[in-house]
Amino acid sequence: MGKYILKRIAIACATLFVILFILFVMLEFMPGSPFNDEKLNEAQKALLYAKYGLDDPFFIRFFNYAKNMLQGDFGVSYVINKNFAVSTMIFQRLAVTIVIGIQAMVLGTIVGLILGILAALKHNTWVDTLASIISVIGVSVPSYVFALGLAYFVGFKLGWFPITYNPSNAAMSTILPTIALSLFTIANIARFTRSEMIDVLSSDYILLVKSKGIKEYKMIIKHALRNALIPIITVMGPLLVGLLTGSMVIEKIFAIPGIGSLMIAAIQGNDYNVVLSVAFVYSAMYIFTMLIIDILYGVIDPRIRVAKGE
Amino acid sequence: MDEIKFEKDDFEFAHDSNDKLIDKTYSNSSYMKDVMTHFLKNKGALFGAIVIVIIILLAIFGPYFNSHTYKSMTIEHASLTPRIPIVENLGIFNGEIKRTNREGEVIVTNQYLDKGLEDVYYWFGTDTQGRDIFTRVFEGTRISLIIAFTAVIIDIFIGMFYGVISGYFGGKVDMVMQRFAEVLNGIPTLVLVTLLSLLLPPGIWSIIFALMITGWIGMNRIARAQVLKIKEQEFILASKTLGAKNFAIMFKDILPNIFGQVIIMSMFSIPNAIFTESFLSFIGLGIPGPMASLGSLVSEGYKSLTIYPHIIGSSIIVLALLMLSFNLFADGLRDAFDPKMKQQ
Repeated sequence: MGKYILKRIAIACATLFVILFILFVMLEFMPGSPFNDEKLNEAQKALLYAKYGLDDPFFIRFFNYAKNMLQGDFGVSYVINKNFAVSTMIFQRLAVTIVIGIQAMVLGTIVGLILGILAALKHNTWVDTLASIISVIGVSVPSYVFALGLAYFVGFKLGWFPITYNPSNAAMSTILPTIALSLFTIANIARFTRSEMIDVLSSDYILLVKSKGIKEYKMIIKHALRNALIPIITVMGPLLVGLLTGSMVIEKIFAIPGIGSLMIAAIQGNDYNVVLSVAFVYSAMYIFTMLIIDILYGVIDPRIRVAKGE
Repeated sequence: MDEIKFEKDDFEFAHDSNDKLIDKTYSNSSYMKDVMTHFLKNKGALFGAIVIVIIILLAIFGPYFNSHTYKSMTIEHASLTPRIPIVENLGIFNGEIKRTNREGEVIVTNQYLDKGLEDVYYWFGTDTQGRDIFTRVFEGTRISLIIAFTAVIIDIFIGMFYGVISGYFGGKVDMVMQRFAEVLNGIPTLVLVTLLSLLLPPGIWSIIFALMITGWIGMNRIARAQVLKIKEQEFILASKTLGAKNFAIMFKDILPNIFGQVIIMSMFSIPNAIFTESFLSFIGLGIPGPMASLGSLVSEGYKSLTIYPHIIGSSIIVLALLMLSFNLFADGLRDAFDPKMKQQ
């Protein structure tokens, strides 16, 4: 077990390092300069380059950068907020993104589980068909289509919720984005829960529980769902990260001041450090959740440890 | 010994009519016929297949249905709502706009009549620059489909070769190759694709290249798993005994056996590629104007969502239908070819 965990951690670290390197190399070749001000002459530009260490040799810059990144020092923004620490910009905005992500995850998991369980219990009835239709639509239609639909019909036509983010009414403003984001999670969780529950419900021990005359809800929650939940954990990781990156477009649609909209603004403004840092934060979150999921799953199911090489 | 006597009503027919029962479970039918029956029974998959065919046909021929091109602008015709001949008599798609003013009255205006364009018809309306949305939507669908198909075909090739080589040689080669894929897979796709498209000059090929960078990993995994299953079988041993070279075994014996699986799984990558492309266009890194893709149309229409919802409506419906259909179709195809993988 220890060896398995160590191996996973080693892979995660290697991935993180490779990401830092790739991001750095990519940004080296990015078009545009961080100093776009036309008033600057060549000498002033050279001074600025020297000040920010932009003319050091490639590897020195990279290792300095990697060291700083891992210490949480993401450098300063050149364009969006001149000389403002990127880490502060990100941490100010991270909260909104995470709040919406977690809300969507919780809502998606609960609704998905209920939908999946209902579909499995009423297997081959209209409930099952309806649940399947909802999950196929949720899996295949991109979340921003739902977001635009919700923004237009619920936000604009009915006027129930604000279309654009309103800091003085933050809770209400997050409702529509949360729903739009959670549909993908609902659909995925419902799909998995349904097939797992059908498997479990047809097993012998459920028959035994039934023949002992236990109440149905108790049977479902205590005996069936518990066993069905194990494989569902594996889809949770990718879903959580899907939420975080998928929120980029949702944040743009609802004008939410999160890190997704920061990334888009930085891309359009050629703000090197900001793009690099947000991409790094996204990737780090992704790697971290994948690591946790891998370890969790290895703990729960010994076969995975063997398959992934102990 | 008493003779057993049968009365007339001792026996009765098991069925009212004594038809022959056709044994479907163990009947002798060819593999392809089985697959077809299975596929046709799946209503969702059939719906998907039909919608895909219709959309592909419209993407090929749609832009020529009227005299407008994707970049012809008529500023006087800007932001017209949909108007379709014949259908307009039913009271829908007749070019009218209903608006509620501040006093709460509903005002109906018809831009076509106000501007004196009685003979002009735009089936899906026009955008804010006076371009025909019908032509642009299907021109955009065409580009989105070209990007998705090209990217997926390249993915299949790279992923299959990578997976076959990695799975066939096994051991150290496999370990190094799979660790590399795993590390690359550890980077969130959207982040990688976004950065790449920033780096490359805007255009179709840049998007295809960006999609390709991570798209092959899934194919590689499927191909490798299949190779691991097949390479222990007797016919490979026979090939080896007869002195076949590794290269020949990999590409002549193994490859044809895994090709079907890979193609089926690639059907799931197409909607993914369409989504990623539309995502890039939406954040402003897609196809440069006046060319259009479904994503760039959505992104354009989004700017006037609350004033002219018809501009975004048609492109978003086509995009959603296309992705839904490809998913249904891929699901049905997988179930039909491989009932073992079918979800209950």
